[in-house]
Amino acid sequence: MAKLDKQVWPALGAALLSAIAFLWASPFLWTLVASFRPDGAGSADMASLLPDLHPTLENFRTALESGSFGIYYINTLIVVAGVLAVQCVTVSLAGYAFARLRFPGRDLLFYAFLLQLMLVPPALIVPNLRTVVDLGLYDTLPGVMAPYFASAFGTFLMRQTFLALPRDFEEAAAIDGAPWWAIIWYVLLPMARPGLIAFAIVSVTTHWNEFLWPLMVITSPANQTLTIGLAAFTMGAESGKEWGVLAAGTLLVMAPLAVAFIAFQRRFVDSFVFSGVKG
Amino acid sequence: MDLPMSVASTSSVDLALGHRAAHKPRRLRLFAYGLLAPSILFLALFTYLPVVRVAIESLYDTPHGTGAAPSFVGLGNYAKVLADPAFRQAAFNNLVYAVGVLVPTLVLALAFALAVQRSTRFATVLRTVFFFPSLVPLVAAASLFFFIFLPGVGLLDYYLGKIGIHGPNWLGDSDIALWSVIGLTVWKNAGYYMLFYIAGLQNVPRDAVEAAMIDGANAWQRLRFVLLPALAPTTAFVTVIALIQLLTSVDHVIVLTRGGPSNATNLLLYYIFQSAHENFDYGKAAAATLISVAILLAISFGSLRVMERGARGDG
Repeated sequence: MAKLDKQVWPALGAALLSAIAFLWASPFLWTLVASFRPDGAGSADMASLLPDLHPTLENFRTALESGSFGIYYINTLIVVAGVLAVQCVTVSLAGYAFARLRFPGRDLLFYAFLLQLMLVPPALIVPNLRTVVDLGLYDTLPGVMAPYFASAFGTFLMRQTFLALPRDFEEAAAIDGAPWWAIIWYVLLPMARPGLIAFAIVSVTTHWNEFLWPLMVITSPANQTLTIGLAAFTMGAESGKEWGVLAAGTLLVMAPLAVAFIAFQRRFVDSFVFSGVKG
Repeated sequence: MDLPMSVASTSSVDLALGHRAAHKPRRLRLFAYGLLAPSILFLALFTYLPVVRVAIESLYDTPHGTGAAPSFVGLGNYAKVLADPAFRQAAFNNLVYAVGVLVPTLVLALAFALAVQRSTRFATVLRTVFFFPSLVPLVAAASLFFFIFLPGVGLLDYYLGKIGIHGPNWLGDSDIALWSVIGLTVWKNAGYYMLFYIAGLQNVPRDAVEAAMIDGANAWQRLRFVLLPALAPTTAFVTVIALIQLLTSVDHVIVLTRGGPSNATNLLLYYIFQSAHENFDYGKAAAATLISVAILLAISFGSLRVMERGARGDG
C-alpha cells in the first residue's frame, strides 16, 4: 500500500500537471498550427490543434504584405535600443551616486526616485501627451521613448549591484589618479555586467511589448511600432475572417523575444526574478 | 521592495576626491547631484510635473479644437466624472477585475511554484510553459484570445463543442465579457508571479519544513502553518505589483472589447484613454487621471507598512 502510494500519487500529479501545462500552452500551439495551415482548410476546423498535413507559408506572406511589418520592426528596434541606450547612462550614474556617495538629501531623493515605481508612465498618459506635444515630439519615436529615459527600477537595481561590489578596485584606480568616469566605465561597469544585463532584458521586453503609449503618441503609419500594427491587423482580421493570417501576424510580433527567451532561458528567468525581488 | 537605506558609504571617490578637495565638500555634493541630474530631469518632466500639471488642468474646461481659452471650472470636472455612469461602472469593473484576477493568480502562482520548484527536466519545461505568456505583448495575447473567444468556431467553443457544451458569447455577453478578460489576464500573469514564489520558496528555512514533517504535519498543514507564513512577504509584494499592474494596463481591453458591451469591460485607464483620445474631453480625462493617481499612491503607501510588518515577521 505504501509502495503504491509512492508510485501512484506522483504519477497522478505529473499527469494533472501535464494537462494544465497543455491547457496553458494551447493558445501558442494554436498559433503555430494555424499560421502554417492552408487557407483552403475551411474555417469550421480553424480551431483544431492538429497540424495540417500540407503546411504553407502563405499566411506569413499575406501578413507581411498587408501590414508594413518591415517598418514596424525597424521602429520597434529604434525605440527599444534608444530607450535602453539612454537608460544605461542614466541608471548607471544615478545608481553609482546612491551606492557610493554621501550627500545631503540622499535618502529623500532615493524615495523620490522610487515614486516612479508607483506612478508608472501608463497612469500619466494624459498629461505626458501634453508635455510631448509641448516639446515638439508628438508623432515621433523620441516622443515614445522620452518618458522612459529615467528608470527608478534600473537605478535601484544598479545601486544594489554596485553595493555588492568590493571597493578595492575603485580605490586602487582612484589612488592611481583615474578620473571618476574612468572608474565607472573601466572598473565598475565590467563588474556590474550581470546587473546591467538583467536590467536590459527587462527593459527590452517591456518596450518591445508596449502598446498604449505609442498608440497615443504616434499618428502617421510610418512611425508605428509592431504592437500598434498588430492591433490594427487584429481589427482587420475580424472583418476578413483571416484567422491564419492573424495567427501568422501575431507570431511575427512575438517571435524575436520568444527566440531570445528560448536561447537564453536561464538568464531571462533570473533577470525577471531579480527585477521583482530587488525592485 | 526592501529599502535598506542605512548602508554606510564612505566611498573610494569620497576618498579620492577627499585627497584633492578635502576643503571642498561642496564640490563633492555638486558631483553627486550632477550624476543624478539626467535622471532627475526626466523624472521631473514625466513623473513629478505631470501630476502637478494634471492637478491644475483638471480644474479647467478645455474646449477641443475651437481654440477658445480654457475656463476655470473649479471641481466641476470631478463632479462631472463622479456623476458619469461610465466612470462609476469603470471603477466598479476595475475593482471586480482586480480581485477577480488577483485571487486566482496568486493561488495558481503558488501552486505552479510548488509544482516546479525542483530542478528536474520536467519541472524546467513546465516552468517555461507557465512563464511564457508573461513574455508576449498583452496586445498579442489579446489577438490570440480574440480567436479563442470567437463564438462558434473559436478555440474554446470548438473544443467545448466536442464535449457537448455550448459556450456563451464570451466577449459579446455583458455578464460574461469581464470574466473572459479576467481569464485572459490570469493566464498571462500567473507564470510571472510564479517566479517570485519560486524565489520565495528557496528562502524558506529547510529546518522549519523538516521539523513540521517530523511532527507529523501533512502536506496541507505544512503549507498552511509553515510555508504560507514564511511566504507572507512574497505574497504582499506580489499583491502590490499586481494591483498596480491591474490598474495601469488595458491593452487587451482596447483590442478585444473597447470597453464594451455597454461598458461591461470598461476599466479606469480605458475610461481615461477614451475621454482623452476619443472624446477629447481633456478636463474629464485629467480629473479621472488624478483620481487614479490617488488610488495608486494609496495602494503604495498603504502597502509599505504592510510589507515592513511582513518583513519583520510580526504581521
